Amino acid sequence: MTDLERRQERAPVPKEWTYAPAPEARDVVTLRERYGHFVRGEWLEPAETYTTISPATEEPLAEVGQATPEEVERAVTSARDAFENGWSDISPSERAKYLFRIARILQERSREFAVLESLNGGKPIKESRDVDLPLSAAHFFYYAGWADKLEYAFPNRRPRPIGVAGQIIPWNFPLLMLAWKIAPALAAGNTVVLKPAETTPLSALLFCDVLRQAELPAGVVNIVTGDGTAGAALVKAEGVDKIAFTGSTDVGKAIQRELAGTGKKLTLELGGKAANIIFDDAALDQAVEGIVNGIYFNQGHVCCAGSRLLVQESIYEPVVDKLKRRLATLRVGDPLDKNTDVGAINSKQQLEKIQELVAAGEDEGAEIYQPPCRLPEKGYWFAPTVFTNVAQSYRIAQEEIFGPVLSILTFRTPEEAVEKANNTPYGLSAGVWTEKGSRVLWMAERLRAGVVWANTYNRFDPSSPFGGYKESGFGREGGRHGLEPYLQLDESEAVGG
Amino acid sequence: MSARLPVKKTYKLFIGGAFPRSESGRTYEAEGQNVARASRKDVRDAVRAARGALSKWAGMTAYNRGQVLYRLAEMIESRTAEFADLCTGRDEVERTIDRVVWYAGWADKLAQVLGSSNPVAGPYFNFTVPEPTGVVATLAPDEPPLLGVVTRVVPVITGGNVVVAVASETRPLAAMELAEALATSDVPGGVVNILTGHCSELAPWLASHMDVNALDIGSANGQAPELERAAAENVKRVVHGRADVQSPWEVAAFLELKTVWHPVGQ
Repeated sequence: MTDLERRQERAPVPKEWTYAPAPEARDVVTLRERYGHFVRGEWLEPAETYTTISPATEEPLAEVGQATPEEVERAVTSARDAFENGWSDISPSERAKYLFRIARILQERSREFAVLESLNGGKPIKESRDVDLPLSAAHFFYYAGWADKLEYAFPNRRPRPIGVAGQIIPWNFPLLMLAWKIAPALAAGNTVVLKPAETTPLSALLFCDVLRQAELPAGVVNIVTGDGTAGAALVKAEGVDKIAFTGSTDVGKAIQRELAGTGKKLTLELGGKAANIIFDDAALDQAVEGIVNGIYFNQGHVCCAGSRLLVQESIYEPVVDKLKRRLATLRVGDPLDKNTDVGAINSKQQLEKIQELVAAGEDEGAEIYQPPCRLPEKGYWFAPTVFTNVAQSYRIAQEEIFGPVLSILTFRTPEEAVEKANNTPYGLSAGVWTEKGSRVLWMAERLRAGVVWANTYNRFDPSSPFGGYKESGFGREGGRHGLEPYLQLDESEAVGG
Repeated sequence: MSARLPVKKTYKLFIGGAFPRSESGRTYEAEGQNVARASRKDVRDAVRAARGALSKWAGMTAYNRGQVLYRLAEMIESRTAEFADLCTGRDEVERTIDRVVWYAGWADKLAQVLGSSNPVAGPYFNFTVPEPTGVVATLAPDEPPLLGVVTRVVPVITGGNVVVAVASETRPLAAMELAEALATSDVPGGVVNILTGHCSELAPWLASHMDVNALDIGSANGQAPELERAAAENVKRVVHGRADVQSPWEVAAFLELKTVWHPVGQ
């Protein structure tokens, strides 16, 4: 008898393969009962407040400010003063060191932030721990290094800051989106007023404590919380020189309209309806993992989610079978449980939107599949969902659902795959799965999208530019290209002759 | 015997490589000539022609595009006398030709200057390349009459885009002469389309057209805010281009950046 056989004999045979709960400790996070706005390095007592909750339990977490236009104005004035009285004159190398400090403090306090992110946003702890937090810290670290090297990024263009940046971010990656906005803005020498999303303000408010620890000069970063009216006030504020917005295409268009004729700079990172394209020569098991990661990562609350699966006809059945089998193993539930794959839907409003679109998919004639899974009674939940028999004209194939809902379509030729993938007003991202290198590059050339993942999906890195084509917005975040929206640059250079 | 009566040119539009009259039959007088006054239908036809020409032009190798642009410079050079009569003179024509040659040399260098290879923290090869944004609508400045329209149009096509340009309302003849140079160069039909007419009428139709991807309104004067508002309907890229500028950033303003990831493994 070999060692292995002996060990197997001794091992008790489990009756069923269930996981024991593995909850992450909540006590690393200390919440205050009430938060104000962070203006001039201090807490400004808000005139109005609302309650922010945990979407997994509906339990109230804290009272936070609902910024009035006057409060937004005070934050903008604070940022303006900080810009004019010191921050723009500080040596770039010193500026870099503040950002390095912030990156380090985020690393040191990463568990605390990860738990808070899952608590307030509903995302699985393994994602906030392994994705949101490391990437947020990395983003600050990456842009820290740029702060005193801007002349090398933009030779002969005399890079200088714009002034006050107004930044409005979504609820799907609250801290990571904050990092994507604040890190390049500060590296370029601007000051900031940031408004986190209405449903997920807490990690941004905790970030103010990081700023305190980093001893960032008062007023360089100001944070106001509230709903869309606070965001609208920030867009309208006269003292703001640049608006950066990540969110829905409808709101993005409204902002672009609002800023018409003002000369303010604008970048928009908007919605998507990405195609994830699987060719018959793809490594199928890897592709299925890529499909799952593409649409169920962060409950599908991802602007670049691979929400339209395009499968080559010849492998349609094995792909759908494998996918359904894989879905049955996804664990939906407590975001703070380390085994959880799919957490809570971010808000009641978002849940209702998902329900509405899924109902429309069924009404239009698509076939729905959901794996058997028990959803918690309290909180906002939606089971991972797959639609087959989907026509391109169906709403579920056209509109961004922003939930764990996949629509499967088929194609025969590479040309047809390109045609269908590009048949959308959006153009944020796309995925391609094939073992043929030349086809990867042929597809990558033709897909009208700002990010193309080939034989992978949903990868992010601070050095990698991210942003959309068409109605998915303009401007890039990440990389050298992500600095440009935060700089004034000379447009023309001296030409010989 | 009296002197020979010259045969005068009929000024028409330039759409899809052809010279049609305005479908509306309308004209207006500018620089002593009857000039076509384009309609909304002409705008739509021009956008359709541009869209149809995009994949071929954008799909050419950058080296080939550079050669075609150089050929355009040759065509302008051979018409120096004609152009000189329609602008401020020979000096402007020569600057125009040199500008086209300058951009011709940029076509196959843009990706190297504007793109990047990105050192991501993981086993992936990751690179960023510039790509044309698509159909660009541009309003040509009044002054300088020839150099102005070339300054706005040529960087756009250098990057692989296609253009619908509205000629200066008061000085349209140089732009139409340019159309003839384009038609006899190797620039494929539809890559550059030029409309003459009332800018205040044509610009809003272009700004609100859902198949136009970018809008250059540096010459829009008081109309700019209205055009910018209309442009938001399909998130157009809005550029405020100057009449006399020469820089690779003029090309970059009409480019998208695409980032591609691929795993590295055995």
